[in-house]
Parts: sequence; structure tokens; C-alpha cells
Amino acid sequence: MSERFTKGMARNIYYGGGAFFMLLFIGLTVDTVTALPKRENRDKLTAEVAQGKALWEKNNCIGCHTLLGEGAYFAPELGNVYTRRGMGDEQAFKAFFNAWMKAMPSGAEGRRQMPQFNLSEQELDHLADFLIWTSRINTNNWPPNVEG
Amino acid sequence: MKYASQNIAKPYFVFALLLFVGQIVFGLVLGTQYVVGDFLFPEIPFNVARMVHTNLLIVWLLFGFMGATYYLIPEECQCELYSPRLARILFWLFAAAGTLTIIGYLAVPYARLADLTGNELLPTMGREFLEQPTITKLGIVVVVLGFIFNVGMTVLRGRKTVVNMVLLTGLVGLAVFFLFAFYNPSSLTLDKYFWWWVVHLWVEGVWELILGAILAFIMIRTTGVDREVVEKWLYLIIAMALISGILGTGHHFFFIGAPEYWLWIGSIFSAVEPLPFFMMMVFAFSMLKRRRREHPNKAAMTWAVGTTIMAFLGAGVWGFLHTLAPVNYYTHGTQLTAAHGHLAFFGAYVMIVLSIISYSMPILAGRQANSTAAQKLEIGSCWVMCIAMLTITVLLTVAGAMQVSLQRLPESGDALSFMATQDKIAMVYWARLVAGAAFGVGVMMYLASFVVASLTHRQAPQLTVAI
Repeated sequence: MSERFTKGMARNIYYGGGAFFMLLFIGLTVDTVTALPKRENRDKLTAEVAQGKALWEKNNCIGCHTLLGEGAYFAPELGNVYTRRGMGDEQAFKAFFNAWMKAMPSGAEGRRQMPQFNLSEQELDHLADFLIWTSRINTNNWPPNVEG
Repeated sequence: MKYASQNIAKPYFVFALLLFVGQIVFGLVLGTQYVVGDFLFPEIPFNVARMVHTNLLIVWLLFGFMGATYYLIPEECQCELYSPRLARILFWLFAAAGTLTIIGYLAVPYARLADLTGNELLPTMGREFLEQPTITKLGIVVVVLGFIFNVGMTVLRGRKTVVNMVLLTGLVGLAVFFLFAFYNPSSLTLDKYFWWWVVHLWVEGVWELILGAILAFIMIRTTGVDREVVEKWLYLIIAMALISGILGTGHHFFFIGAPEYWLWIGSIFSAVEPLPFFMMMVFAFSMLKRRRREHPNKAAMTWAVGTTIMAFLGAGVWGFLHTLAPVNYYTHGTQLTAAHGHLAFFGAYVMIVLSIISYSMPILAGRQANSTAAQKLEIGSCWVMCIAMLTITVLLTVAGAMQVSLQRLPESGDALSFMATQDKIAMVYWARLVAGAAFGVGVMMYLASFVVASLTHRQAPQLTVAI
């Protein structure tokens, strides 16, 4: 490296650049946090949806599935499972979801197995509410198709 | 070894390697479950094995970073560690907390673990990589704060160098950003947004400072190149890491509900993220070329130079491959992410920890380097692990490409379902499992090199004055 470029200059780029971009990041974060309530329909984020999210976490669903593309890649994406399986009908989706959860594990030999989580009727309802709410978040049009 | 307190690094390194072995065992379990779906079901479901695999990785890397710090801080500061006793107490505390958490994952269903540890009081569990019970997270905070206090007091007392200041900054950043793990709002998008403040700002931010500092230390010690030159490089590398990496966080905000402008910001800045890794590689080779001494520890040099190459490939090339928003739209959440994750973590962080272990363990045992026989085996293990991990990466990339073409690109109706696509990929997953087993062989060779080193210690160059 050229001798005219000193260690002091490198240090200033580090501290100056780091601080500048961190501040810019915080500024953009403020803007994002302000924009989120509309993009995710926070007015529809009911106590039931919140309860559903808590159940999602308590049973470590992310350990196999993705949600909005994040998580493990062992089982299907669930951010749009309402679109895929419910086809716009909340009651139909809930009936499907309830039956699905109760039928697990399938026990089919050699196939990937989903554990039985023994959730109550009310818990299953809340979990479904959470997945329905999630499917309506404005995700810049992701995923590309219904298969997730 | 110059300072008696450097010895405290040893238990940290030994425990780190123990957890590394555990991580690989569970990696093989996961690889098997990908092809034999009901393997070990219901005793160890996939989600449990995955949590053990990823959490072991994070914890052993933290042990490695701590060991590295305890080793290099006294030498950089030219004084003994502030409190070796505190370092020893924190070691046992962290080891106990880590072990209990892993036992908890394996012994009871996750929901029961949440109940047992009072998760409802401050719910933080059940998010990827942050699955630890809240009480474990609090334990991590206590351990890290005690650790930073100990290191900070040492630096205050001793010589301040660029290496120890950058390292300390990285460690403080690690502690600060971990605090976002305690923020878990019921809004999923907010939750995900700030979850990345832990995950991305760790691995593509402050961890790079730690990596840079350890690498700079090894380069100064093994090549004998003037400290001024190394330090200038270090500043430039980490400057680029932060300049690209902070706003580069935006590449995770594309599709989780955050505003559209992140598509642009995330794409542009994360496209620059390979640069610091490229510079690291140029740095390592240029230091080698300008070296003023021949250090007898060839194994450590191999690991250190290998780190920069594999990190550039994993974090740089494989990151860039899918970081632009229009590409990521189709690849987001496919096996391509797993491909990048494996090579980046291995190349950057696993290899830098193995580098410092390789450099310091012989010295802590009173040798300048291990015997030629031991080094040969260790260098062999490095090659086996690197080639196996590259193979895993290429295979997962193929799997990801198949997912994109079968499941993502076609219109709804024509696209295959997730599980139908997985069936089509089965052969690739089998090949990945074989590559995983080869990686396991590399780990065994690596461990065996310690045995050979101890059996042949009489043939090793002994420590005189210089290190």
C-alpha cells in the first residue's frame, strides 16, 4: 500500500464510516418502524393473533418451517399457508388446519414426520389466526407463487 | 508463552472443540433426516436436532473467541490478565449453562422447556438461533459482561494496540447487539426486523472485527511483518466491513414486511459486502510475501490463510450469489441460503478459531510448534474439512437451484409443491450426507493430530525466547 496512505487515515475511515452508517441505519429504522403498522395491518393484530405467535414460538415451529422465508428449510413455507390451503375462506382454513394438526404425525415410513403438539381447540384457533394475519402482511409480493 | 494468565485460554479451547464435535454429530443426524425422514423420530425430531446443531455452533464459537481473547490480550497489553480467577469462574458458569441448555433441548419437548424455565414471564424463546431459554440468555449476558470487564480492565492497565482495541470494540458490540434478543414484540415484522440486529449485526458486523483482530495478531506473530503495516490493513478491512455490512442488513428486509426502499439499499450495500473479505485475502497473501521470518508452525499458517480464502468464497461469493433483490425474490428461504450459511460460518468463524487454537495450543504446551508429523496430519485435516465443506456447499447450491426451477419459477398451478420438490432433490441430499461424513473424517483427523502432537512432543521445536 502507498506510504502516503497512513494508518491515521485508515483509522478515520473506520470510525467515521462506521459511525456515519450506523446513524443512517438508525434513521432508516425509525422510518421503517413508523411505516410498519400500515404494511402489516397492525389494527388487525388482535389478542388472538398475539397468542398464536406465542404458541408458534413455544413449539419451535421455526425449527422445521420457514415463515416469510426465514427459518429451517425442512418443511413448507407457512407465511402463505392460508392462501395455499384456505383459498380465501377463513372458516375452511381453520377446519383444514384443525384436522391437519390432529392427524400428525402421519407415521408414513421413511417420510418426514411432524410431531403431535397436543394443542387445545382454542390454541389451534389462535395459531390459525396468527397464520391468517401473517399471510396479509405486505411482503413486496413474496413468495412468487402459491407453493411458497 | 510469555504470561502465565494466557493459560486460561486452554480450557476455553478444549471445551470449544468438544462442542464442535457435538455440532458435527448433530449435523450428520440432520443430514440423515433429510433423506430418511423419520430417522430418530419421535425421540429427536428435526427441529430439536437443528437447534442443537446451530446453538452448539454459536456457543463453541463464543468459547473460541473468549479463548482467543484470553490468549492474545496479555501479549498485546504486555501485562497479566486483570483476573484469571474471574475468567476461570466464568468458564465454569458458561460451560454449565451451555450444557444444561443442550440437555434441556434433548430431554423434554420444547414447549415443556418453555414452561419449566418460565418463558411466559419474558418470552424470548422459539426464534431461530435464539431458542435458548430466557434464563440461559440472561446467563450469557452475565458471562459476556464479566468477560468484557476482565478484558477491559486488562487493556486499561496495559499497552493499547490497534489489535486489542478493535477486538474490544468487537466484543462490546457483540454484547450490545445481543440485548435485542430480549425484545420480542407480538408484531411479527417488528420481531423479525430487530432479530436481525442480533443475527446480521453479529455475523456481518461486529464478529468481523473479532475475526480481523485475531487474524492480524496471528499475522504479526507468524510473519514478523511490521505492526504498522498490519494495523493499517486491519483498519481498512473492518472499515469496509462496517460501511458495507451495516446497511447491508437491508438484504434481510426485502420480504418480511419492511418498506420497499430496502430492496434498493439492501441490494446495493450487500453487493459491497464481499469487498472486506477480498481485502482480507489480499492482506494474508501480501503479509506472507513480505514475511521476515519462517515460523515453524506451518499448520497455523495454513489455517489462517485458508480462513481468508474460504471466508471470501462463503461469505463473499456465495453471499453475493443471491443477495440482489430480484434474485433473492426466487432464492429466499431455499437451500441456497443453507449453502451460503454453511460455507460462510465455516470459512470465516470456524476456521479463524481453529487458526488461533493451532497457533496457541503448542505454545501453551511449551512448544513453538508441533512436530512435523502432527502438523502434517493437521494440515491434512484442514484440506479434508475444506474440500468436504465446499462439496456440501456446491450440493446445497444444486438443491437450491432445483427448488427455484421446480417450485418458484413456474406459475401457481404448474409449480411443484414443497414436498414434491424435496422428493426430486433426494439424490442430492444423499450426496450431501456423504460429504458430511467426509467432513466428520476431517474432524477426526484434526483431533488425532493432538494425540500425535503429544506423542511426538520430543521432536517438536521447543519454546526458547521468541514466540
